[in-house]
Amino acid sequence: MSAASTAKAPAYVANTKVGRITDFVDERVGGSGILREFGRKVFPDHWSFMFGEVALYSFVILLLSGTFLTFFFDPSMAETHYNGSYTPLKNVEMSVAYSSSLDISFDVRGGLFMRQVHHWAALLFVASVAVHMLRVFFTGAFRKPREMNWVVGGVLLILAMAAGFTGYSLPDDLLSGNGLRIIDGVIKSIPVIGTYTSFFLFGGEFPGTMIIGRLYVLHILLVPALILLMIVLHLFMVVVHKHTQYPGPGRNDGNVVGYPLGPVYAAKAGGFFFIVFGVIALMAAFFTINPIWNYGPYDPSPVSAGTQPDWYIGWVDGALRLMPGVLGDFHFEFVVFGYVLTLNVLLPALVPAGLVFTVLFMYPWIERWITKDNREHHVLDRPRNAPTRTAIGMAGFTFYCVMWAAASSDLIATHFMVSLNDVTYWLRALFFLGPIIAFVVTKRVALALQRKDREIALHGRETGRIVRLPHGEFIEVHAPLDEYKRYKLVGFESPVPLPAEPNEHGVVTRKEKRRAALSRWFFEDRVAPATPAELEASHGHHEAVEAGAGQKTLSH
Amino acid sequence: MGNHSDGSPNHSGTVATAGQNEVEKFQDPGIPPHRLRLADTDPKAAKRAERQVAVLFGTSVVGTVIFLVAYFAIDLGDDSTIATIRLQNALLGLGTAFAMLGIGTGIVHWAKALMPDHEVSEERHAIRYEDDRKAAVRIVDDIVEETGIKRRPLIRNTLLGAVALAPLPALAVFGDLGPRPDDKLAHTMWAPTDGKLKRLARDPDGTPIKASDVTIGSAFHVIPEGLNELHEGKLNEKAKAVVLLMRLDPASLNPSPGRENWGYNGIVAYSKICTHVGCPVALYEQQTHHLLCPCHQSTFDLTKECKVIFGPASRPLPQLPIAVDDEGYLVATSDFKEPVGPSYWERDEHERSINS
Repeated sequence: MSAASTAKAPAYVANTKVGRITDFVDERVGGSGILREFGRKVFPDHWSFMFGEVALYSFVILLLSGTFLTFFFDPSMAETHYNGSYTPLKNVEMSVAYSSSLDISFDVRGGLFMRQVHHWAALLFVASVAVHMLRVFFTGAFRKPREMNWVVGGVLLILAMAAGFTGYSLPDDLLSGNGLRIIDGVIKSIPVIGTYTSFFLFGGEFPGTMIIGRLYVLHILLVPALILLMIVLHLFMVVVHKHTQYPGPGRNDGNVVGYPLGPVYAAKAGGFFFIVFGVIALMAAFFTINPIWNYGPYDPSPVSAGTQPDWYIGWVDGALRLMPGVLGDFHFEFVVFGYVLTLNVLLPALVPAGLVFTVLFMYPWIERWITKDNREHHVLDRPRNAPTRTAIGMAGFTFYCVMWAAASSDLIATHFMVSLNDVTYWLRALFFLGPIIAFVVTKRVALALQRKDREIALHGRETGRIVRLPHGEFIEVHAPLDEYKRYKLVGFESPVPLPAEPNEHGVVTRKEKRRAALSRWFFEDRVAPATPAELEASHGHHEAVEAGAGQKTLSH
Repeated sequence: MGNHSDGSPNHSGTVATAGQNEVEKFQDPGIPPHRLRLADTDPKAAKRAERQVAVLFGTSVVGTVIFLVAYFAIDLGDDSTIATIRLQNALLGLGTAFAMLGIGTGIVHWAKALMPDHEVSEERHAIRYEDDRKAAVRIVDDIVEETGIKRRPLIRNTLLGAVALAPLPALAVFGDLGPRPDDKLAHTMWAPTDGKLKRLARDPDGTPIKASDVTIGSAFHVIPEGLNELHEGKLNEKAKAVVLLMRLDPASLNPSPGRENWGYNGIVAYSKICTHVGCPVALYEQQTHHLLCPCHQSTFDLTKECKVIFGPASRPLPQLPIAVDDEGYLVATSDFKEPVGPSYWERDEHERSINS
């Protein structure tokens, strides 16, 4: 058939050279269809959508700068005597890994810059992943249909921390060596398999001669490959779901409002890559990060005071610090059937991180179960419009931050001239009380903000213009909002608690009762959006005031 | 702003709901009208924006030049100073920053000032269509039917068994990642070799310490004699054997029964490896006789045989029994009487075998 039909329709011939090359490729891969689908795809725009982009771009920068570093870094733990141009360490015995890291810093042109870029980009990568997840959580973007993408994001966060830690340890300097030793101590505390795991990881006793090479392979091959795989999954799902959008006039769960990919969105997002790169370059130019030459090579004997892990490991280290080893006469390490259970290490290393990540991964399903909300959501919640969720998020954030602060307990003590022990006691108390306080305060603040929205929607914004009425009363004039601004304040859902419902056998199960109790806890304090009728009523009210008809209230 | 509970039936002070019968909602007014930018109406403003974008791109070129000049013109050589490296790093960074920020801000400015900024609305499509689901179910049913796996449980079960077992070699093959721990963690270099007691030596130079060198209030970082001469596994041995040596007024030491002669004239030696997770307990507070681990702030009281008085450690630091040899040098009379460093599953077993 083809011979006949192609003869009828004259084949397309491009006019320009570029056109002919494009056509050549297009005929063989079908690019037109892809461009037709995506070329004008609409993306909603908001500054808070930027964090995910920062994460993606800093990962690209990590790949670029990391590849450069691999050309010069030698992950060997063989002993050598330093013979580079950094005189204070001349002839000092050290591992080849440390020596080659010094060479990168001092003898390879641009090597120090690349190390700085790589380390700053790594810090920014984990930070932007974390902040992006906070944004997703507080705006409810994890709801159906994006629950699985939320999980992929959580996996990415863990992988980002793993990439960071394995890389941090590679230079084999004193600081990172002590970090590895802490990891070894934590691994040894694991019941039954701990000692074996430690020996298998280090290829024998700590520190051995294997660990840097093994971490190197994890750091440059396995972990980045997994991160890349997860990013592909993540972006694939973003395309399938299309992006969420903030609530506002003209936006609903059935549409997506924003700029077309080409040209505006592509230009903004593409340009933003260069901005992220530029900012990282600025930091690398002017702010020293991880000056390994100050620490010296790894040696199990010395340690410097006031040492800190990279920020993203801080919360786990802080948990280790907070846990008391002995409470009164009770020792958290005990012997069971002849074997040692060292809970003073095991509990803080596993429980808080386990709790945070379990709740993080399960949260979309927990909320869906409580609210019985099985609808698709593409319009985000403003955090204030979901007070209980926002409060839960802040409680978790506070929990994290208390542990994070605890990782600097010694620096807090020396900096503010307070007792180290008191800092620890306070942080121990805050570990339990902080999340509760944060929950209550956040919920009240969210409800108060919602009420303020109501006031503004019904009575307009304050103009700051004070008017004296004929009978001597002073009032402040409020300017009514236009319908677009008002819709932003009233266009949200305020669910009511969902009472327990009998199942198909007519029985209200205990689980269902529990769900109903949680639903009450979730939604009992609520502020409903203002309605047109209320606006009508308040208008009448207003005119009365402005006409000076004897209303005594100043409240509007 | 006074009244905070508009129209509320008032269950609690924080509830503000619309009246029960007012279910009516505000209607969505649609996308707000597009507001023109200056560059949309004023050709001069558009021209200005165009020039600004060009200047930003030009800045990027300058940045690239700065980078290249800094790379080729600054010679690190063999005798480069820190100042040279710092200068080169700053210029390379500045050049890159200009090069990147010039392009980035230029493009974004171009997009924001000159490209059309009309927001458009696009319909979302269903993620899954019911037709597709039905078709997919039919296909899967057909595939399963054609394999016959439901009718032939023998095939299914043997396949499941085979697939479940097949990954085991992939696990087993990692068996040589490390040696068996055995009792390696239970012993250190301090054990006497061929009946010869090991001298205490200074860390890091390895010179032996005389008892007369140790004045009251002083502290020494100690390694076993011969450690520096090891060719293999030096760091492994050091990671277990490092010791802190201090001299106190003998009256302030309170040795428990059986440990009275583990010190010499107020000189005592304790493992430097924290019993928490193994950091070196490097800080000695001379006045209070406390040892502090800088990593997690475990604090040990020297006057109470290094009992834990604060922080996450749960066990005292192990004490190294010491004495003085004929030449007046400090020696370890035996290895530690318990494994040093962080706890591990078999630790108690090892401690019992050391003491039996």
